[in-house]
Amino acid sequence: MPESTAVPRVRRAADVTVGDELPSTTIHVDRARLVQYAGASLDRNRIHWDEPFAKAVGLPDVIAHGMFTMGAAVTLVCEWAGDAGRVVEYGTRFTRPVVVPYESGADLEVSGVVKAVDPESRRVTVELTATAAGEKVLGRAVAVARLD
Amino acid sequence: MPVNADFQGRTYPPTEPYGVSAAKIREFAEAVGSADPVHTDVDAARARGYADVIAPPTFAVLIAQQCDAQLIADPDAGIDFSRVVHGEQKFVHHRPLTAGDSIVGTLHVDTVREAGGHAMVTTRTELATEGGEPVCTATSTIVIRGGE
Repeated sequence: MPESTAVPRVRRAADVTVGDELPSTTIHVDRARLVQYAGASLDRNRIHWDEPFAKAVGLPDVIAHGMFTMGAAVTLVCEWAGDAGRVVEYGTRFTRPVVVPYESGADLEVSGVVKAVDPESRRVTVELTATAAGEKVLGRAVAVARLD
Repeated sequence: MPVNADFQGRTYPPTEPYGVSAAKIREFAEAVGSADPVHTDVDAARARGYADVIAPPTFAVLIAQQCDAQLIADPDAGIDFSRVVHGEQKFVHHRPLTAGDSIVGTLHVDTVREAGGHAMVTTRTELATEGGEPVCTATSTIVIRGGE
C-alpha cells in the first residue's frame, strides 16, 4: 500500500529536552505581504498599508499587523512539532511594532527554545523570540504543543 | 469620552454562526506563511485524523475580532477605535478550527481598567460549534491610548 509522503511525523515529547533550540528563521515582510494579510484576516486598518495615513497618526511608517507577526512567528513551532494542529495554546504581548518601509521591507527573525516538557500529557512549552531591526517585537510569546 | 468601566463583566449573546471554509483557511495560511499541508490538502489533513483541512493557530482571531466589534462599535462603551492598539492576544485551542465548522462566538468583557493615562480592556471570546462543542478560547487585551 502506498504511503503518503506529504505527512510529516509528529515530534515525540520523549525526544525533547528543556533547553532545546528550534531552528531559527528569518521572515521577510514587505508591503505586499501586509496587503495579503489584511485581506486574509479582514483587518484592513490603514496603518498597515497606507504610508501617508500611518505617518499622519504619528507612526514612523507603515507597521505590520501584530497578529501577522504573531501568526508568522508560530509557524516555527508548527513545523518543528510536525503538525500545526498540535499547537494547543499560544499567547503573546505586542511590545513593539514591526516597521515596514516601502523599499527595504523588514526582516523578522524568529527563534524558539523549549522551556518545559510534561512527559505525562506530552505537552511541550516553547518560548519564541521575534526581533525586527534588532528589537524584540513580541513579549512573552509562548506556545504549547501537544506532541506524540 | 473615557472608557465605560460599567462594561466590565458584561457578556454578549452568541453571534451569528461563522462558516469556516477551506478557501479562507488556505488564504490565511498563505498570508502568515504556514506551509503545513494540513491547511491546504484535505488528504494530508485526514491522514492525521482531522475531518478536513484545519486552520493555523491564529486564524481564530478573524472570528474573535468580529465578536469584539460588538463592544468596540457600542457608543456607550466609549472606545475610540482610532486610539486602539492591540496589547496582548492568547488562544487556547480545545481542538483545531476545521473547514466545515459553523462557529458561534460569545464575547465576555473580563476587565476594564485605567493605567498610566490609558485604558485597557480585556475581552474573552468563547468559540464553539452551533452544537455547543467548545473549540477555542481567544483572549485579547486592547489599549486605548489616552487623549493629549
